[in-house]
Amino acid sequence: MATKKVHIIKTGVANIASMMAAFRRLGGEPELTENPDHVRGDDWVVLPGVGSFGAGMQRIEELGMREALVERAAAGKPLLAVCLGLQLLCAESEESAGVEGLGIVPAKITRFPDTVRIPQFGWNRVAADESCRLLTSGYAYFANSYRLREAPEGWSPATAEHGGPFVAAMERENILACQFHPEISGKWGLGLLERWLQC
Amino acid sequence: MLTVRIIPCLDVKHGRVVKGVKFQGLRDQGAPDELAAAYEGQGADEIVMLDVSATPEGRGTQLETVRKIRERLSIPLTVGGGVRELDDAEQLLNAGADKVSINTAAVRNPDIVDQMAERFGSQCTVIAVDAKGDGQGSWEVVVSGGRKPTGIDAIEWIGEVYRRGAGEILLTSWDRDGTREGYDLTLLEAASDAVPIPIIASGGADNPTHLAEAFDAGADAVLAASIFHEGDYTVAEVKEELAEAGFEVRQSI
Repeated sequence: MATKKVHIIKTGVANIASMMAAFRRLGGEPELTENPDHVRGDDWVVLPGVGSFGAGMQRIEELGMREALVERAAAGKPLLAVCLGLQLLCAESEESAGVEGLGIVPAKITRFPDTVRIPQFGWNRVAADESCRLLTSGYAYFANSYRLREAPEGWSPATAEHGGPFVAAMERENILACQFHPEISGKWGLGLLERWLQC
Repeated sequence: MLTVRIIPCLDVKHGRVVKGVKFQGLRDQGAPDELAAAYEGQGADEIVMLDVSATPEGRGTQLETVRKIRERLSIPLTVGGGVRELDDAEQLLNAGADKVSINTAAVRNPDIVDQMAERFGSQCTVIAVDAKGDGQGSWEVVVSGGRKPTGIDAIEWIGEVYRRGAGEILLTSWDRDGTREGYDLTLLEAASDAVPIPIIASGGADNPTHLAEAFDAGADAVLAASIFHEGDYTVAEVKEELAEAGFEVRQSI
């Protein structure tokens, strides 16, 4: 079997080395990309992201990747969105009012309630819906202040609790969006990435 | 619900894991990547690696150690020791750290905390605070391995770095470090009351009861070195005891 190329969109400075190490361990061939043609192609694509919603979208626009990402999602080609990446798939966020998200998921990102610690830092228990094909239940590592409350129709969710339930991850066709960091969520996280690589 | 976190700490000098008492009398404990992988296998929730040689010429060795650990580790890795500038932090992130811890550099130039949070995000920005008690309910920040007092009140300092964008506080009791007398619980209570971000307790652990006490005092995570390196307990054994005591821990899957 040919080695699977994984194009990781260079959205900024973050723990990308961990993501690359995880894919190497799974036998993939990860590379950073700033090229929209990679997003249009048939390889595996990762949309990572830390920082604010507004800065993340600005970076996507600068790279000229909005349209390529929307088309890719519509075609159901393998796409992994991680942390802020999940939020960028949505239409808008409380974090950056007036900024238009990718709109692949018709939903708004909101802040956790003040009754819990913000940001959410650490391991939280994730429960996968029966309809999930890639996601399973387990423990995942999170670092976020904002979240998606409910998965829209057509997406199979895995939920966790932090001031009420929120979407820990969701999947549709070959699109996997994780609020947590699968690349540093232990063997469980690696297992999830491995299943996505087999899409 | 978030779990409590157990974080084995690797104090690394010239590419080897060492451990001393009150930052002195360092003893060799093994290869960093071997130990990190073994601890992940036991159920460790994260690994912290602190470079205690932290000399400019040690920089290359440190990056190589981070790369080696990263290739084997699939849980979060925090790296600290000798981080002076933003570029140092960026190199560590590129080598495979998920978070970078800074200590002395932040005391010398507090603006670096804002800059790190702005450039890499608060989730990458860990501020290490070494606190030395005066025996009367106050603690002073000490730097340079505890050799230099700063005159800064530790609790006020923790509040300041939080406002500047720190994502987590790695709080070491200088008085308890390596003594195995238990964490400084009064210090932990004061710190966790002062800021809403996670406090990682460090310095003084000897047994699972000490860890439980730290969580009860407000710590979100505990750092421990000696009890794991010396083989007194595995991480799994510690987690089992904590689970029995009613704490939510991440089960190894």
